[in-house]
Amino acid sequence: MKTKAFQKIYTHIENVTKATCTIEAEGVTNEEMAIVDNRPAQVVKIAGKMVTLQIFPGTQGIATDAEVVFLGKPPTLKVSEELKGRFFNAYGQPIDGGPEVDGKEVEIGGPSVNPVRRRQPSELIATGIAGIDLNNTLVTGQKIPFFADPDQPFNQVMATVALRAKADVIVLGGMGMSNDDYLYYKTLFDNAGALDRIVAFVNTTENPPVERLLVPDMALTTAEYFAVEHKMKVLCLLTDMTLYADALSIVSNRMDQIPSKDSMPGSLYSDLAKIYEKAAQFPEGGSITIIAVTTLSGGDITHAIPDNTGYITEGQLYLRRDTDIAKVIVDPFRSLSRLKQLVIGKKTRKDHPQVMNAAVRLYADAAGAKTKLDNGFDLTEYDRRTIEFAQEYSRELLAIDINIDVDTMLDTGWKLFGKYFTRDEVGIKQDIMDLYWAGKAS
Amino acid sequence: MSTRGKVVGVVANLVTIEVDGPVAQNEICYITLKGTRLMAEVIKITGKFAYVQVFESTRGLFVGCEAEFTGRLLEVTLGPGMLSKNYDGLQNDLDKMEGVFLKRGEYTFPLEEDKKWHFTPLAKPGSEVVAGDWIGNVKEGWIDHKIMVPFDFQGTGTIKSVVSEGDYTVKDTVAVITSADGTERNCSMMMRWPVKVDVKCYKNKPRPFKIMETGIRTIDTMNPIAEGGTGFIPGPFGCGKTVLQHALSKNADADLIIIVACGERANEVVEIFTEFPELDDPRTGRKLMERTIIICNTSNMPVAAREASVYTGMTIAEYYRTMGLKVLLLADSTSRWAQALREMSNRMEELPGPDAFPMDLPAIISSFYSRSGFVNLRNGKTGSITFIGTVSPAGGNLKEPVTESTKKSARCFYALSQNRADSKRYPAVDPIDSYSKYLEYPEIAEYLDKTIGDGWVADIMKLKDMLLRGKEARDQINILGDDGVPVSYHILFNKAEIIDFVILQQDAFDHVDASTPMERQKYMVNKVLDICNADFNFEGFQEIGAYFKRVINLLKQMNYQQFQNEQFKKIEEELELSIAEKRVSDLQPLAAV
Ligand SMILES: Nc1ncnc2c1ncn2[C@@H]1O[C@H](COP(=O)(O)OP(=O)(O)O)[C@@H](O)[C@H]1O
Ligand SMILES: [Mg+2]
Repeated sequence: MKTKAFQKIYTHIENVTKATCTIEAEGVTNEEMAIVDNRPAQVVKIAGKMVTLQIFPGTQGIATDAEVVFLGKPPTLKVSEELKGRFFNAYGQPIDGGPEVDGKEVEIGGPSVNPVRRRQPSELIATGIAGIDLNNTLVTGQKIPFFADPDQPFNQVMATVALRAKADVIVLGGMGMSNDDYLYYKTLFDNAGALDRIVAFVNTTENPPVERLLVPDMALTTAEYFAVEHKMKVLCLLTDMTLYADALSIVSNRMDQIPSKDSMPGSLYSDLAKIYEKAAQFPEGGSITIIAVTTLSGGDITHAIPDNTGYITEGQLYLRRDTDIAKVIVDPFRSLSRLKQLVIGKKTRKDHPQVMNAAVRLYADAAGAKTKLDNGFDLTEYDRRTIEFAQEYSRELLAIDINIDVDTMLDTGWKLFGKYFTRDEVGIKQDIMDLYWAGKAS
Repeated sequence: MSTRGKVVGVVANLVTIEVDGPVAQNEICYITLKGTRLMAEVIKITGKFAYVQVFESTRGLFVGCEAEFTGRLLEVTLGPGMLSKNYDGLQNDLDKMEGVFLKRGEYTFPLEEDKKWHFTPLAKPGSEVVAGDWIGNVKEGWIDHKIMVPFDFQGTGTIKSVVSEGDYTVKDTVAVITSADGTERNCSMMMRWPVKVDVKCYKNKPRPFKIMETGIRTIDTMNPIAEGGTGFIPGPFGCGKTVLQHALSKNADADLIIIVACGERANEVVEIFTEFPELDDPRTGRKLMERTIIICNTSNMPVAAREASVYTGMTIAEYYRTMGLKVLLLADSTSRWAQALREMSNRMEELPGPDAFPMDLPAIISSFYSRSGFVNLRNGKTGSITFIGTVSPAGGNLKEPVTESTKKSARCFYALSQNRADSKRYPAVDPIDSYSKYLEYPEIAEYLDKTIGDGWVADIMKLKDMLLRGKEARDQINILGDDGVPVSYHILFNKAEIIDFVILQQDAFDHVDASTPMERQKYMVNKVLDICNADFNFEGFQEIGAYFKRVINLLKQMNYQQFQNEQFKKIEEELELSIAEKRVSDLQPLAAV
């Protein structure tokens, strides 16, 4: 962001707080970018001649006579095919040693899609992971986060999903990412020969936290460019949205806004929705699918960040360690894909919805039986069968290291039903039962 | 001359304007930014400064931008042509907008300017009229759309002239009315009305006295909603609020459904856009879209317009009610509207109430709910607005301001339970926490007994008791263990399970089970009650679970069949045999249990 000769330079800062500076200036527009003491900043408030700027890297060491230059435009990104294969920081500047990208300059955080122009998502994303494809099927144009405690292998699962998803472009938005994770993604995509399909905007733990606020918009502006202009199937990975929200609260607290639940700004819902709602199936064929990570603290999903996220996204995927089988599984209880209805039993075999529901119901029975056991009660014969079923179901279908196609998942389901249960206990619609039942006749 | 002003301050979408003349609270103004006009509403005035909330992004706004005040409040345009439309929160016709992305400052006319409607006069010259009286009729789709005396018409007037039957546009004058003071008013087929003001063009608003059938068993049978009644659906995310509302919009017995998508997901509205033109209304066979209006302000659309959207929906509902229609208004989610109020109130640095919501939130919610209702019109006809909103409580905790305020206003409470949703017991309406106050209305009880059958309400109370006893039995079993309780506890628990699986649970995605007409609900309730009232003979608790699973499975299979078709009857026979196996015949001593 170089300054130009005709731009007016201000050198008298009136007020400095931890995150903002206020100066007297004229002709400034709302949300425009500025450079304060060589640091990127953005206009967040105008009151008469007084202009308040949010300084992304923070205000440490800013003197009242620091140089302030207004850039006359909101944050922008130059978009073109050249973005592919490149890594950038939160401002869209290359961090991979490559040259600046040339292209059409567009404002980030642009307008919303007219809802009547959207198309209904209908294309299944196959990941091979049964915990996803069978129970929580993903669809292009969907937005869904992993809800996981920091010690869960969400980065690995997300990367696996990304590589198996057959996306034309993968846009990675990294927020507060550790340098190790950043290098993990880079190496993984490289090894998979996918580097030419990747565009990454990364704010690592070494960068100032407030800069993260630009990352989702940068990533999604890129996604929109490829999905709209090139009609491509774009997958956008955003990790970690909890750290993004933390940055929001830092800014709002420093600007003295009244915090609502969990010291988050009252606008958290709208702020997150603006990002997630960029996921769309466009009329001309392109799509943006968002897979995000929202880390939990101690599994608490009632915290404002996962809670607001859950109200916005089209489901959520929980990872959990199943100690019975010593593997990480996609938890079938709290996980949900809200768009699965659009494809299961339609794009997949007819028995898909029923198999999915019956298996989860029987798995729930097993959970009940386990509670009984924990409370020191005797198990019935049925209880014992559900527990055995649950273990095999967990190992053969829920574990994240599974990689099979949907028909195989369904066949496995029927195999387990037949092995452990009677027709009545499975309770699936008669006509479907007649077609697929693999157990004893009655 | 209208008041003008200049922008002097901007924080997010709250803009301060220095004005050169009078302004009114809630007056609409337009701020000009490089040739684009941004709509805004006055929300506070101090001295010569008006604070306005802008219904658009304020990016690029600067000190000195010109503003022009309209002298009008936020209004909707009412007239034929609204049916089947997709509007945004400010009643812009979304289909008329060009391009894939919404453009700031693009406002489109909500009706059809050039379309000719076939007008048939209803009022005669010389007749005395007041606001809301019917002047004429046009066919809007299948609806007899009444052209009414403008709602803002003061006092009693006399019809001077009405045009003869023929084709007119919404802007053509169709009647001239002379008011008491002698002034003449030209009336066209359209009128404007401020959304935050109740339309009161009716004779009176009696207590609701009949039921609106929804096809959803857990509502119709367990906690029915009255026509003209109010209800709300609170629940944590993913528990089925939206699916339940969509089911209502598909199956409810209403003339007109208005769906307000308020600050929720765009893809959910796309589902309606995509499916409703194809799906049939189960009662009339017409396409669902032919009785639907959508107001769509999804979560990524401007926050201020989100607040407006629920009012826009309500005002359109009131308009159609005044022409004698049975309207069902649905809003998903009213919490987003409350949050929009909170965002603005915080920006204005008002003293916050609980959870930083504005202090007057309960009052705002209650006056909104009170706009619904069953009305007697002056001409002897009736109309109604039944309103059901969803509430999205933070953290799923019902002890929060929006849920608590709504609970005071809405008469039906359909609490969605996380536990039920987790175990896929959909719809996840908790049968014990939920209630319908209407069941306590004597006139409703009388209506139910008369239309469904004698003793119906008593039967429902019996079902509710059985559910409660089943829950108590289950709790005991969990504490004392399977063999620590008498066999009868297992039977009680399983009888409640039958009610749960067969009456409460309903597969919203199965084309038969999705909607159950009242007659069929009654049939199944009787069937289930018959089993629940019976005594059974079991050796020990071990065989009970398996037996009732078989019974439940058969009853569920019946739910999936067309009512009384061959397969249905076959399963029913099988069921009867199974019941007979274990049922203690009336002749046997009860001690067998
Ligand atoms: N009646 C139902 N039958 C079957 N599945 C349902 C039903 N209600 C909800 N679901 C499931 O729950 C998911 C979430 O429901 P939704 O109404 O979107 O929740 P909410 O609006 O409360 O967040 C749906 O996508 C669907 O998978
Ligand atoms: Mg919902």
